[in-house]
Amino acid sequence: MEARAATREAGIRFGRVPAWVLGALPLLLAALAIGGFAALGGPGLGERAGPPVEELAFERTVLEPGRIVLHVRNDGPDPVQVAQVTVNDGFAQFAMDGTEIGQLGSREIAVEYPWVEGEAYEVALLTSTGGTIAHEVPVAVETPDTDVGFLGLLALLGVYVGVIPVALGMLWLPFVGRVGENWVRVLLAITVGLLGFLALDATLEAVEIAGEGAAVLGGAALPFLGAALAYLALTGVDAHLRARAGRARDAGAAGATLALLVAVGIGLHNLGEGLAIGSAYAIGALALGAFLVVGFAIHNTTEGLAIVAPLAGGRPRLRRLVGLGLIAGAPAILGAWIGAVAFNPALAAFLIGAGAGAILQVILQLMPSLRDRAGRALTPATVAGIAGGAAIMYVTGLLVSL
Amino acid sequence: MASLTRRRLIGGLAPLVGAAAAARLAGVSPAGAAKHEHGATAGAAPGHAANHAAFRRGGRVDHRANGFDPHAILRDFDAGTVRREGGRTVREWTVVAEDKEIEVAPGVKFAAWAFNGRVPGPTLRAREGERLRIRFVNGSTHPHTIHFHGIHAAAMDGVPGLGAGLVQPGERTVYEFDADPFGLHVYHCHTPPLASHIAKGLHGAFLIDPKEERPPADEMVMVLNGFDTNFDRSNEVYAANSIPFAYMDEPIRVRQNELVRIYLANMLEFDLVNSFHLHGNFFQYFPTGTSLQPAEFTDTVMQCQGQRGILEWRFPQKGKFMFHAHQSEFTELGWVGFFEVV
Repeated sequence: MEARAATREAGIRFGRVPAWVLGALPLLLAALAIGGFAALGGPGLGERAGPPVEELAFERTVLEPGRIVLHVRNDGPDPVQVAQVTVNDGFAQFAMDGTEIGQLGSREIAVEYPWVEGEAYEVALLTSTGGTIAHEVPVAVETPDTDVGFLGLLALLGVYVGVIPVALGMLWLPFVGRVGENWVRVLLAITVGLLGFLALDATLEAVEIAGEGAAVLGGAALPFLGAALAYLALTGVDAHLRARAGRARDAGAAGATLALLVAVGIGLHNLGEGLAIGSAYAIGALALGAFLVVGFAIHNTTEGLAIVAPLAGGRPRLRRLVGLGLIAGAPAILGAWIGAVAFNPALAAFLIGAGAGAILQVILQLMPSLRDRAGRALTPATVAGIAGGAAIMYVTGLLVSL
Repeated sequence: MASLTRRRLIGGLAPLVGAAAAARLAGVSPAGAAKHEHGATAGAAPGHAANHAAFRRGGRVDHRANGFDPHAILRDFDAGTVRREGGRTVREWTVVAEDKEIEVAPGVKFAAWAFNGRVPGPTLRAREGERLRIRFVNGSTHPHTIHFHGIHAAAMDGVPGLGAGLVQPGERTVYEFDADPFGLHVYHCHTPPLASHIAKGLHGAFLIDPKEERPPADEMVMVLNGFDTNFDRSNEVYAANSIPFAYMDEPIRVRQNELVRIYLANMLEFDLVNSFHLHGNFFQYFPTGTSLQPAEFTDTVMQCQGQRGILEWRFPQKGKFMFHAHQSEFTELGWVGFFEVV
């Protein structure tokens, strides 16, 4: 009782102070405390024991004739002095801006080395403390120039991998419109299976790529941050679309909204796929790139089915269908560009994670459509559909990854 | 990397995939065509092949800050101080062990342990039959010993548990024995962990001249060593007399037709063998220097850890002649140099 009275009394006293002051007060006190702590040189805390912690992440490796160019980022808490560079156990000449890489800083280290195509190299940076930080070039292949022709080639690649297969898959629309309600549910279940597989695959890949990037930029958290953001963003888009559809009272609106969400989710996924293809191209999967393209094309055709399955009830216009196809397929082009020109593990992990989050959201959106008249989503038929969808992705996925 | 695994697998699956479509796609790709033209020349930078492996341009180890210069160590023989005791020549040295940070490559510091402030330690030179007295002072923060190769009493062996045993920080002892047999020997700390105490710098050459003098020559000592700067039990840098590429940056000057004598000792740790290879010439090799008759006429000699010998030859022609370990890896990590014959 006494305590409550005291609080009320305090409340009355603070009531005269403007709200913004109350809001700023804790921040101000925190700033004062931090400032005082820093000014006094951190009383009570000694210097960290031991030698400096030297951590560098190799974000990108570019091979030019006679040169291996490393893009490194200081990942650790202390500055790193790069004193010397060895390639395959031999000191090599190199050019670098200064020697010190500050915390979070990045540098380009151009190592002169007469590398031979197809061979493997280990580039090691010898730091001022005598530590070595090694980076492997598993297969040396010249990095393509990023001129207009190359970007055009990658755009073509994106069209092959993303746009055309999705468009082909959307040709299942008349079939979807002809089959009965029960079969539509099965087709939607297959879509859920397809997407579930993609979400899992993307998550694992994003986590793997995140491990290569600078831990200080988020590391393994990045895919999940990307996934959460994409999930929330799509939920917002969904709420917005549903509000509009509710006003229009359009018969096929719910299906159209769902199709759009699926297209956006798949589009984000294809952005990540484009990244993988672009970076594979850049590190020299050039000759085999054609097979990669064929594999992805077969793999992605099924994604078209996922987009048109929710449209079974309506009669969408061609323009809308083209739009959906582009939303789902075209990001592969953008992904291929980013992957080849500015591949960065942290960015890639974030984007691929975003794809996974988007797909997860779409799956949750699709689930109600699987319900039969009794309101059950997981009937024997839909479960078989989900499993079948995952199996299709698994089998076609063998063409592109393992 | 994920994409590589992917690449390899795609390659394996190639026959399964529509070959016609693949061929069409490959044909479309201008980059694919350009790549084949590159195949033969990729990586070969014009002019680069003319250079040897070396440190980053313009980088030199600061010998002054290190307190020793490999060029000075080369011809620096420490005869100690001589006195007569009971009709016998007694030669005395004081050797101090200390902790010392040295630069082992430009910009790379290494927390070494050194005898008399240098790595390798002083080249102690005596004559066969003399009485030798080495006062050892441990100025380091770790226990150390000096173990000499040679024929001596067990208590003078400089190993833990015998004689003075481990010499604790701030303590001192005296090792005393006869200079026997003549030849090129080594000395080093024998405190466990042994590899670490030797590799961190506590080693040096110990030369006993025969009673009958060797022919006059331009004499040099090369102690082969290296440094494990990241403590992974393999060396990051290799050298003769500690500083990689020192005799590349500044060749060793010798005179045409003058007899050159190299006292060569391998004190490298972690690698099982080391070697010395001379370009454009052959040398007489005296294993351990315990005979005045050469055992071999060769241009390459191998030494295991602790092995040593004496090399003699003359340069009949002027010019620059390379010498290095014939373990090419050691060469490109610093153990290489030039003789410049004038």
